[in-house]
Amino acid sequence: MGQHIGAYGVQDTLRSGFSSVKNELLPSHALELSEKNFQLNQDKMNFSTLRNIQGLHAPLKLQMEYRAARQIQRLPFLQSSHLALDTLKGNDESISFEDILNDPAQSEMVGEPHIMVEYKLGLM
Amino acid sequence: MALSNVVETPASGFNFENVSRNVALKGLLEGGHTKAPKPMKTGTTIAGLVCKDGVVLGADTRATSGEVVADKMCAKIHYISPNMYCCGAGTAADTEKTTDLLSSNLTIFSMNSGRNPRVVMAVNILQDMLFRYRGQIGASLILGGVDCTGNHLYTVGPYGSIDNVPYLAMGSGDLAALGILEDRFKPNMELEEAKELVRDAIHSGIMSDLASGNNIDICVITKQGVDYIRPYQESEYKDKRQRRYKYRPGTTSILTEKIVPLELEVVQETVQRMDTA
Repeated sequence: MGQHIGAYGVQDTLRSGFSSVKNELLPSHALELSEKNFQLNQDKMNFSTLRNIQGLHAPLKLQMEYRAARQIQRLPFLQSSHLALDTLKGNDESISFEDILNDPAQSEMVGEPHIMVEYKLGLM
Repeated sequence: MALSNVVETPASGFNFENVSRNVALKGLLEGGHTKAPKPMKTGTTIAGLVCKDGVVLGADTRATSGEVVADKMCAKIHYISPNMYCCGAGTAADTEKTTDLLSSNLTIFSMNSGRNPRVVMAVNILQDMLFRYRGQIGASLILGGVDCTGNHLYTVGPYGSIDNVPYLAMGSGDLAALGILEDRFKPNMELEEAKELVRDAIHSGIMSDLASGNNIDICVITKQGVDYIRPYQESEYKDKRQRRYKYRPGTTSILTEKIVPLELEVVQETVQRMDTA
């Protein structure tokens, strides 16, 4: 399990156990970091190119649309289709490993609904 | 069952949770006598060349897993689109999945735009995908196809490097095959001559490389269509074992036969026309 950051910015001992320096230093996969930030970096690059070509209004409008589309979701423990967000980003016309591997609809672990909603609202 | 320690749905895509466990396991295994299982590689000799009417691709059919031949009739020439085929060398699963993904993406594109995809588009998609994963996907591919701009042959390396060349060989047997190609290649060759040259190149790869062997497959792509000849040439050391063990019809003799017709009465009949416009 990944490290959960709990209250006051310290590791959440209840959920991810005692923290240990050795766990942090063990070799992780070469791609782990780059994959975690891949979409963010792509978006940053695209927005900055768009800003240079068309001016500030273009990325601003796009980001506003993305923010609006991201809010159309079900409660955290249910599967949302993200249809509007996918169409905006162009993901509805391509298939990549995100669509094939680790489909959240078929994950073996299901979360407790109350706890997931409380986590999302920041109540725990 | 609902677990109370899961607070977010897991992200889709690659999951790196087991990496530290695998490293620890490998350390434990190396000390003892057991070894970690090796993925199935295709070893391979693959070759391609551009001739006057189209593109000819060739491949052997052996897949190795460590020192054992895992598959004697492996299909290494993968379908990408009606006008493009791709030979794959490297890790067998990686080449298959990558070419599958590429083929799906190109099908969506051609349905959206109503056009046959161009070879450069396929090459660019492959390059982006392979570079994103920094060579961890071990797939060396030879992509050949015929489109509106002509006959093309491209090579894509596992780290995302591409090259556009008239003749090409990849895989562990590529040096032997390239020697034959370098010696006898001429631009604008006839189709039969090109097929013979590719066959000779793969044959020399099979003779000189341990990880290549068994049959030779040839795929000819022209403007008129695709001719996938599998196998073009079978190895002399063929297995006598069959792959299917079905009994011939008539193996069991029939002693008696009794036919009882089933009496059916048509009660109601409705015809619904299908809209086939």
